[in-house]
Amino acid sequence: MKCSEFLDELTNYLDGMLDARTKSELDDHLAWCHNCYVVCDTTRKTIEIYRDSELYELPDDLRTRLRSAIMTKCSQHKKSDPPAS
Amino acid sequence: MSTIQPNIEQPVSEEMQLVRRAKRGDDSAFEELVRRYDRNVFRIAQHITQNREDAEDVVQEAFLKAYSNLEKFQEQSKFYTWLVRIAVNEVLMKLRRRKPERTVSLDEDVKTEDDSLPREVADWSPNPEQMYNQAELRDILTRTIQGLPAGFRTVFVLRDVEGLSTEETADALELSIPAVKSRLLRARLQLRERLNRFFQKKDNGSADDDQRASGDGNQ
Repeated sequence: MKCSEFLDELTNYLDGMLDARTKSELDDHLAWCHNCYVVCDTTRKTIEIYRDSELYELPDDLRTRLRSAIMTKCSQHKKSDPPAS
Repeated sequence: MSTIQPNIEQPVSEEMQLVRRAKRGDDSAFEELVRRYDRNVFRIAQHITQNREDAEDVVQEAFLKAYSNLEKFQEQSKFYTWLVRIAVNEVLMKLRRRKPERTVSLDEDVKTEDDSLPREVADWSPNPEQMYNQAELRDILTRTIQGLPAGFRTVFVLRDVEGLSTEETADALELSIPAVKSRLLRARLQLRERLNRFFQKKDNGSADDDQRASGDGNQ
């Protein structure tokens, strides 16, 4: 397997979406190709860091304010355009 | 003792029960759906717009649109996937308003040439996120993802941050599954490449102006 072929399958590999035979071929490639091993490992870390990063969490006070505004607008919408019964 | 069992073959998810109650006019059920997904919609919107006020607007507009179009929701997908599709459309409208001189789509900056091939292969510190304090790390991650084309950023956020499946992401963005996979791969590789300079393993543990302690979990 060439490195470019490994790279093509990297997303499926990291997401566990490969059949056993293809996965085994990729595992073999990783066992001897240090560069692909590093790319694979650091890509996995990239995903984990972003997943755990909690960027852009919605603060509680803003959350309450937004929800209240949404429900008020929904209520106004219902009055102006009541659902057909 | 008898239990109440719905007489249908497939159990209706709790989410779908809320949707059906909301469709019948029960606003408390819709409010529960807002509680469930407001954080997700806010995160997605802020990731794509990179603007907090826009993200706040998108949260309100997306839920209001979902509320007023609930009758049109066919229950073929999860409510959340449908809501994400609405939110992404709202985001695009925001971006268009910001740049009215040109059409904005999530395709516009997705180049066809492959700019994602790894150029630099360097191993990272074992615990790269511990090389920086929380504020520094947030700054690095925010600036790095901001540099990604919106079309890649959106797929990465939906798949890897929000945890939607490939199929759900394709459905929400109205993209083919191969297109989602291709963008996801390139997004992941580009982010990895850009994070290299922050997270590279340092030889001999020497101090660097940019970096603090090597990660032993001591922060």
